Amino acid sequence: MNTAVKERIQQDFQDRMDRDELENCMRCGFCLPVCPTYIQSGYDETQSPRGRIALMKGIVDGEIEPDEDIEKTLNECLGCRACEPACPAGVNYGQLLEEARDIFNQNKKHSLPAKMVRKTVFDGLFPHQNRMENMTSLLHFYQHSGMQKMTRKIGFMKLFPESMATMERVLPDVPTRKEMRARQKYYQHENKPKATVAFFKGCLMDTMFMETNKATIELLQKVGCDIVVPDTQNCCGALHGHAGEKDKAKELAKKNIAAFEEVNADFIITNAGGCGAFLNDYDHLLKDDPEWADHAARFTEKIKDITTILVELDFHKMPLKLPEQVVTYQDSCHLRNVQKTFEEPRILLQSIDGPHYQEMNDAARCCGSAGIYNIVHSELSMKHLDYKMEQVKHTAATTIVTTNPGCLLQMKLGIEREGLSDKMRAVHIVELLIEAVDESKRG
Amino acid sequence: MEKSIVQRLKQIVGDQNVETSSMSLHSYSYDATPGFRKTPDAVVAPANTEEVAEVVKICNEHNIPITSRGSGTNLSAGTTPLQGGVVLLFKHMNKILEIDEQNLTATVQPGVITQTLIEAVEEKGLLYPPDPSSMTVSTIGGNINENSGGLRGLKYGVTRDYVFGLKIVLPNGSIMETGGKLMKDVAGYDLTRLFVGSEGTLGVVTEAILKLVPLPAHKKTMLATYEDIDDAAKTVSAIIKARIIPATIEFLDQPTVEVVEAYNQVGLPTDAQAILLIEQDGPESVVTSDIEKMAGICKEFSAVTVNIAKDEEEANALTTARRSALSTIARLRPTTFLEDATVPRSQVAPMVKAINEIAIKYDVKICTFGHAGDGNLHPTVPTDVRNKEEFHRVEQAFAEIFEKAVELGGTITGEHGVGAMKAPYLKLKLGEAGIQAMKGIKQSFDPNDIMNPGKLFFEADQEEVSHR
Ligand SMILES: Cc1cc2nc3c(=O)[nH]c(=O)nc-3n(C[C@H](O)[C@H](O)[C@H](O)COP(=O)(O)OP(=O)(O)OC[C@H]3O[C@@H](n4cnc5c(N)ncnc54)[C@H](O)[C@@H]3O)c2cc1C
Ligand code: SF4
Ligand code: SF4
Repeated sequence: MNTAVKERIQQDFQDRMDRDELENCMRCGFCLPVCPTYIQSGYDETQSPRGRIALMKGIVDGEIEPDEDIEKTLNECLGCRACEPACPAGVNYGQLLEEARDIFNQNKKHSLPAKMVRKTVFDGLFPHQNRMENMTSLLHFYQHSGMQKMTRKIGFMKLFPESMATMERVLPDVPTRKEMRARQKYYQHENKPKATVAFFKGCLMDTMFMETNKATIELLQKVGCDIVVPDTQNCCGALHGHAGEKDKAKELAKKNIAAFEEVNADFIITNAGGCGAFLNDYDHLLKDDPEWADHAARFTEKIKDITTILVELDFHKMPLKLPEQVVTYQDSCHLRNVQKTFEEPRILLQSIDGPHYQEMNDAARCCGSAGIYNIVHSELSMKHLDYKMEQVKHTAATTIVTTNPGCLLQMKLGIEREGLSDKMRAVHIVELLIEAVDESKRG
Repeated sequence: MEKSIVQRLKQIVGDQNVETSSMSLHSYSYDATPGFRKTPDAVVAPANTEEVAEVVKICNEHNIPITSRGSGTNLSAGTTPLQGGVVLLFKHMNKILEIDEQNLTATVQPGVITQTLIEAVEEKGLLYPPDPSSMTVSTIGGNINENSGGLRGLKYGVTRDYVFGLKIVLPNGSIMETGGKLMKDVAGYDLTRLFVGSEGTLGVVTEAILKLVPLPAHKKTMLATYEDIDDAAKTVSAIIKARIIPATIEFLDQPTVEVVEAYNQVGLPTDAQAILLIEQDGPESVVTSDIEKMAGICKEFSAVTVNIAKDEEEANALTTARRSALSTIARLRPTTFLEDATVPRSQVAPMVKAINEIAIKYDVKICTFGHAGDGNLHPTVPTDVRNKEEFHRVEQAFAEIFEKAVELGGTITGEHGVGAMKAPYLKLKLGEAGIQAMKGIKQSFDPNDIMNPGKLFFEADQEEVSHR
């Protein structure tokens, strides 16, 4: 990083970082014990939330120059936001992180992610057989799910440097899903009508995890929801936002707000913890946009995770049954730490007759999926995953339940890596719940 | 720092355990104390006592300051490396070496997190009582060097009461062991006690033998609210007079209740002038009878409401107000000063009233909560260090609070330590003779003043180093 770049970054930090929020951190360290990167690094302050905030503040105050080390620790943060609920001062770490990354990224356009990914791919991936395997199994999912096409369509690959984008294109073309059938826009309630909801389908969920969306809608119908699926909705923008592409995220946010305002439902339902959390942050994302701030605030108020509405509408009191098995739950970081939803999935799982629910140690700790973290920081990500799989094994679970597509993929990857695919499966909670409904009908 | 010295340090602890990058140095330039910051020259993480000793020897040879650092949660600028030099970390020295169920002791390295130890001994049906509110983060090394207290202090005492023996690297690099797994030991000066609370100014603690007690079988929680703070104070005295020593008696004053209720809506009467949160532990029959007696005493002294928790869930609900006090106050303004002026139990009410008057006098917000049972109060000030004028008033208010505490027979700090933060006030408590005695001790252990220099003793020319 040359002096001119450093100066620009510093200037941007001074202009753009929220100084009050930085000052709010009282350096008490209460966030340290919950931070996966701090623990993983063997208690290195520079890899902790308190340390990262101090570094951001140091740049703003001119006490330290921005450099590669700092850029790296910011990038290696999982963005899991476990530090937020642990913080007595209520510091909004996620928003500080997003802004700081955006500044580094904008001042190093292209060269930064290019370097990062090139390093991962060429130094970190190809020379290592096992990592290649991980990567390939990821690509396998990627190709066989329609995600590839979708990611091209939403311009997701633009986030990656040329190297990665090329790799993506030169991959042998696996048969992609046929043009998806024009899907229904309205679904009617079953039983007594209780609410009208709009469904946020999410770009991954709508392709790769189509079954999950189907199950979600069925569950909503069962608890008496009329469902609208606005067809002008978009990707939530989370991946862009977290990777330092804030402007693109804002564009997507506006489109989504407009799409959902048209249908004016009681709630907006999501089934992906990561998307939900980002939708929840639209008010912050657009707070300085006079035209959109109010709209964003109203939009945000309506966001609800599928597990929340199911519990609110007493789904867990319906007859639910499954064969005997041990079930465990891996929290979606953003569902837990941003949307503060962690009891509902557990209530739902424990209401199923038959299986034994076994809480895993450190269920709240990030599995290392973290958006695109498992691609750009593959090695670190696998360390987090290894720890996670250890905890899973202790529960003797055969079914790992998640509430977010990224986590679901990561858990699947974990099962693969451990060679446990014949004994263990990972599912999204709505799929298990639908199974339980069906099973109980069978008697 | 000279390259050759860095090189020698690396030879001792390994390359990866000496950090000199600007990022690392910045990250160890602060602790939880607002307003203090100073960049060290190197951050060193030794793996064992011998490595510590080697590092200390080099530093002593070259007059390089050493600041031992646990998790950096202290509130007295105790780990701010005011004169640069080496910051010593114990991240590799974080093992519980032994839990001895016959002697009821635990032998630990200094980097063990307090909560980790508490959980490990609980699994064996034992209790390590010192439980500072920061225990999920703080280390045993930090606890010992600050002589930390906690909620259970009233009945169980503080860290000092649980340290049987220490392994210490002295400033000249020699290794000393004090005490042992001994209930009784009068072989010479009590060096163990001297080192407890010494704030890293006399040597480096590299191992500790800690006392454990049997885990009480039962616990019960109750909450009482008062219209008059004097009634709450009288209740505390009456409970002790009735020969009941509860595990905790926590206290919240009116400004605290007001902000806690405003932000959390836990159902507290906002006009309550004081709230007492009382817990007792022990055998079930004793706990039940103690709690009933204490509820009676609360009512006798005009408590407006008295609630006894029926189960753990209700107990948790009752403790919400106390638990959320700090976080609620911390959210009001960017900077939070958490102080720990302490008075004899009987002086709690006059002290709280004095604090509230001082708040009005200097026009600052002060919320006071704390451990009524042992007179340890936490006057807490939400403010903004960037506002120089207001910050000055806050400092004046604190100076007056410390004076008042000493006047009432109390002390400037009950558990957070002196560090650099309270060094200017130490004389208030000790007088010139006390300061000279302490300086003598410091001088004889650490003639080159390499161990955490700039702490405890205030030199007028040292003027707050990086007070922004
Ligand atoms: C929100 C909050 C709540 C708190 N609540 C309480 C409370 O209830 N009760 C209480 O007593 N304190 C409390 N504290 C203060 C603080 O947590 C304690 O002082 C704690 O013991 C510090 O532990 P640490 O590991 O962070 O030590 P540090 O802050 O890293 O160090 C503290 C001191 O110990 C020295 N030191 C550390 N390790 C060694 C070693 N191995 N050898 C020699 N010297 C060493 C350091 O040089 C320093 O002087 C609180 C702090 C915060 C931020
Ligand atoms: S977001 Fe997660 S990884 Fe990042 S600092 Fe917070 S707790 Fe640590
Ligand atoms: S818990 Fe909050 S205030 Fe404390 S150090 Fe972490 S971010 Fe800062």
